Amino acid sequence: MRIAVCIKQVPDTEARLRVGKDGRWIAEEDLPFRINESDEYALEEGLTLAEARGGEVVVFSLGPERVKEALRKALALGAARAVHLRDEAFLGGDALATGKALAKAIAREGFDLVLTGSQSDDVGYGGTGSVVAGHLGWPHAWLVMGVEIEDGGTVKVKREMESGLNEIFRTRLPAVLEIQAGINHPRYASLKGIMQAKKKPLDEVGPGDLGLDPAEVGAAGSRLEIVSVAFPETGAGAQRIEAPPAEAARILVEKLQQEARVL
Amino acid sequence: MAHAANGVWVVLQQREGRLHRMSREAIAAGGRLAGVIGGRAEAVLLGSGMGELAREVAGLDVAAVHVADAPALAGYTPGAYVGALAPAIRQAAPAYVVFPHTYQTVDYLARLAQETGSALLPEVTGFDETPEGLLWRRPVLGGKLHSKVRVKGGGTVLVSVQSGAFQAGGTAAAPAAGSAEVRALPGELSTLRPDREILEVEEVAGAVDLTKAEVIVAVGRGIGGPDKLGPVHELAKALGAEIGASRPVIDNEWLPRDRQIGSSGQTVAPKLYLALGISGAIQHTVGMKGSGTVVAVNKDPNAPIFNLADYGIVADVHELIPALTAAVKAAKAT
Ligand SMILES: Cc1cc2nc3c(=O)[nH]c(=O)nc-3n(C[C@H](O)[C@H](O)[C@H](O)COP(=O)(O)OP(=O)(O)OC[C@H]3O[C@@H](n4cnc5c(N)ncnc54)[C@H](O)[C@@H]3O)c2cc1C
Ligand SMILES: Nc1ncnc2c1ncn2[C@@H]1O[C@H](COP(=O)(O)O)[C@@H](O)[C@H]1O
Repeated sequence: MRIAVCIKQVPDTEARLRVGKDGRWIAEEDLPFRINESDEYALEEGLTLAEARGGEVVVFSLGPERVKEALRKALALGAARAVHLRDEAFLGGDALATGKALAKAIAREGFDLVLTGSQSDDVGYGGTGSVVAGHLGWPHAWLVMGVEIEDGGTVKVKREMESGLNEIFRTRLPAVLEIQAGINHPRYASLKGIMQAKKKPLDEVGPGDLGLDPAEVGAAGSRLEIVSVAFPETGAGAQRIEAPPAEAARILVEKLQQEARVL
Repeated sequence: MAHAANGVWVVLQQREGRLHRMSREAIAAGGRLAGVIGGRAEAVLLGSGMGELAREVAGLDVAAVHVADAPALAGYTPGAYVGALAPAIRQAAPAYVVFPHTYQTVDYLARLAQETGSALLPEVTGFDETPEGLLWRRPVLGGKLHSKVRVKGGGTVLVSVQSGAFQAGGTAAAPAAGSAEVRALPGELSTLRPDREILEVEEVAGAVDLTKAEVIVAVGRGIGGPDKLGPVHELAKALGAEIGASRPVIDNEWLPRDRQIGSSGQTVAPKLYLALGISGAIQHTVGMKGSGTVVAVNKDPNAPIFNLADYGIVADVHELIPALTAAVKAAKAT
């Protein structure tokens, strides 16, 4: 089974975020980056399926040079090869533009299954995987919490619904499954894996290699333009209790008793 | 505005003949948008045996109800939904098609955008009119920041609206509510093909019912790990509280899935909700915003949870939790 997994590198939101100089995005200098959370689960799902059924995982990532770090990590975890969509023209895309570029890169090889995360932790369009599926003409599913490959070219999928419900359905392969966080337990890289990753192939491709005009991808090919970002206004907000822990706790309990009357 | 002519559609979500609660918020958003570009919003309903629901929708603040009624639409599948909506959108070319931002909508919205050559604008929380056109608000980076987004180019824009962003019924008085015309959505429905064979709907197994809890101590990723839960249990005991959690705590198996609060988990409304090390992403807050009094403890003074909380303490949870347990015990002792 040949499996493609799309991984995005995103800012680690645990870090202290600042708005960048032009106000259009956060300042990325000095920010730590990581593999998008749901993509880690997608990668784990792909590796487990390939191990169980034979086959290999190829990881794809679109982004600037730093993205190689995420791809190397995926190789260390067990992916066989990596493809880096690397060109200025690819950057700043919405789900339609990014999905198109990823689909073109994936379509150059034959795959039985494409896995993506369900939502990126930075722009969070929740649609890039579906767009990949549309270009490939394959079925897809979003928020996947279970994948069971069946004989005869079908797959049983568990899709998360709201309020603690899951829908289980069957669809045909090949398919694009957009994996939700929590589906499995992502593994850690071993020292051996990290050493081996250095020798695994990591190819770069640009729009030309994919038969794409730079104007159809990235910011130029997108219908959305982020004009500004800001921290949410604090509005009314919470009544802040500013004191050392023991004192803050005491004041809080007093307020909960006397003001809010909930204790 | 250039696209005013073709108006605003609102695609409602229903299950077994009942509207999803966010469908009404989508109508409110559609109404506001129509107010900006001119005209009134029109509803779109997909399903099988929709007669009664169509009449109900005709009583809401919409100018018309377009119904796609076919056996292939009895249950939701993206194949049949996109198959029914895409030709109609291409033909009528509405300026905006508004959807409730539900898991079902997200499942097919991007494919619908692609099929129809529309712009895809998911999860909006509002919009502002500016001389350069509409600027849309949507959360980024897990809700830690908000972005303002412009749509480039012409044609239809598919917009999904986040829960709580547009209050249902909160718009200006409906001029002719109750008299909307019900018509068939244009397009051939006999060739629709579901692309999924639905097997079953299962309930995520769980024994814990948090919906009746009076006090909930909820922990987030900021708690740091399963070995840090001891003091949380002690605090919960002192308060007589149930323990709840945000999704990452569950995904990492620090606590079982039946403790998850939020859009995929339980919706709770205790008298008192303590959010400890929780950032306050919308998928979490939709599950707890009905709580009476909310206390947030977070080391990040900018954490969005502070906007929703009644009381906020900027602190390390590991210092504050034992202090709070001691303070609760001391108060109860007197
Ligand atoms: C389709 C979908 C469905 C989802 N469903 C749900 C759902 O049902 N429920 C849910 O909760 N989420 C859900 N999520 C995830 C949601 O988007 C957020 O990612 C999640 O709620 C974040 O959890 P958190 O606040 O615990 O973690 P984070 O966002 O990582 O926040 C951790 C917080 O802890 C603080 N912190 C760290 N260390 C400390 C310390 N020592 N002391 C004090 N504070 C500290 C940090 O400042 C930060 O604010 C869903 C997401 C998607 C895409
Ligand atoms: N630049 C990218 N490179 C690789 N995969 C991506 C990229 N952007 C999005 N994806 C994939 O698409 C999923 C959904 O992203 P989004 O539509 O931005 O929420 C992510 O979880 C990734 O798996």
